[in-house]
Amino acid sequence: MKIKSNIAVSDNGFVFNPASGESFMVNPVGLGMLNMMRKGQSQEQIVAAIQEDYRAEAMTIERDLLDFVEMMRQYRLLQYDDE
Amino acid sequence: MTTNKPLFTIGVTGLNAIDSPGPGVAVIRGLREAASFNCRIIGLSYESLEPGIYMHDIVDKTYQIPYPSAGTEVLMSRLEYIHEKEKLDVIIPNFDAELYSFIKLESRLLSMGIHTFLPRMDQFEERHKVNLNDFGKKYQIKVPRSKAIYNVNEAQQLEKDYDWPLVVKGKYYDAILAYNFDQLRAAYNKISAKWGLPIIIQEFIHGTEYNVTGLGDGQGNTIAAVPMRKQYITDKGKAWGGISIADSQALALTDHFLKSTQWRGGFELELMKDKNGDYYLLEINPRMPAWIYLAVGAGQNIPEALVRLAMGWPCPAFNGYKVGKMFVRYAWDMIVDIAEFEQISTTGEL
Repeated sequence: MKIKSNIAVSDNGFVFNPASGESFMVNPVGLGMLNMMRKGQSQEQIVAAIQEDYRAEAMTIERDLLDFVEMMRQYRLLQYDDE
Repeated sequence: MTTNKPLFTIGVTGLNAIDSPGPGVAVIRGLREAASFNCRIIGLSYESLEPGIYMHDIVDKTYQIPYPSAGTEVLMSRLEYIHEKEKLDVIIPNFDAELYSFIKLESRLLSMGIHTFLPRMDQFEERHKVNLNDFGKKYQIKVPRSKAIYNVNEAQQLEKDYDWPLVVKGKYYDAILAYNFDQLRAAYNKISAKWGLPIIIQEFIHGTEYNVTGLGDGQGNTIAAVPMRKQYITDKGKAWGGISIADSQALALTDHFLKSTQWRGGFELELMKDKNGDYYLLEINPRMPAWIYLAVGAGQNIPEALVRLAMGWPCPAFNGYKVGKMFVRYAWDMIVDIAEFEQISTTGEL
């Protein structure tokens, strides 16, 4: 769950991949998740932090987080050991 | 503070800033922003309605020149006339189809005091679309399989080896994607009617398209290189918007291309990155592309560097460029008096 180090993320949730030229928009929840992932926080820590700000069950947040991570994987925003 | 800079008179072709634009206007914008010289721009046009002719803050004076099909002697005669009036220091040709003539005339132009910085004839020939397979083998660069055909029925044999869709390409310009033989036949007829034969049938590589523009010094060194990803593509496949990117693989491929071919001059590499992350070289355009002003905006004034090399000035390699710089093209209606149209149409000068 490591974001590529060269990915630029603005305060507005604008995400830019300088290697591919692709850009994306994330909503405030996504931005929060993204920033925590960039800081190296664990899945449990991210779910707990989101739960503090939003009235939602941990299971729901965890599912959304995993969906979000999968989407980032598809868009090649994640760093893998072989890269 | 422009007093100490020399003034160069530079002839530039490719003033057709239309939906499938020539690079001329973008090249001139780079030249106008050159830090090391001032310039007077002489437009060299083929048609009376090339927009650059009427852009008087871009082009100082325009002369029509003959089409390449008229032959090099006719072109030379016209250039001698223009040179007599304008005292050209440099000519920058910007069309694939005219490069053959200018490369042939290179030494004669130089003897008149007109400098160019063009690929050598062998470089120009071997990178031709028709020769792309051999080019890939020679320089160990991945290229899509392709075959030049002179009869549409030859394409039927390719069905055994290639999967649909196939890309149908003209020898200079145009490319159409064909999903079956009927579409291929229609594309063959359309493109061959416009650009002649052969037609190149190329394997289609699924992936993301990237382009790199740059400049080689003819000694194997990379003077400039800026990769771009198209963000907005017209129905003719031309970039209407694009962004500079940091792609180390594309830059490494560019260095390899320049080092192994000793490429001399401006160029554009058209690359396709497949799902495995492998780059395929689709085409080498032997001149600066229409989006060259993005490179200028990103910090590499390639037109200026090309003129420096043409004039024999030292030209150190650029050190980096700004990533995330975008170009967004636009259309602009100029109001032109018919007297100007009349003048360029009747006298061939404006």
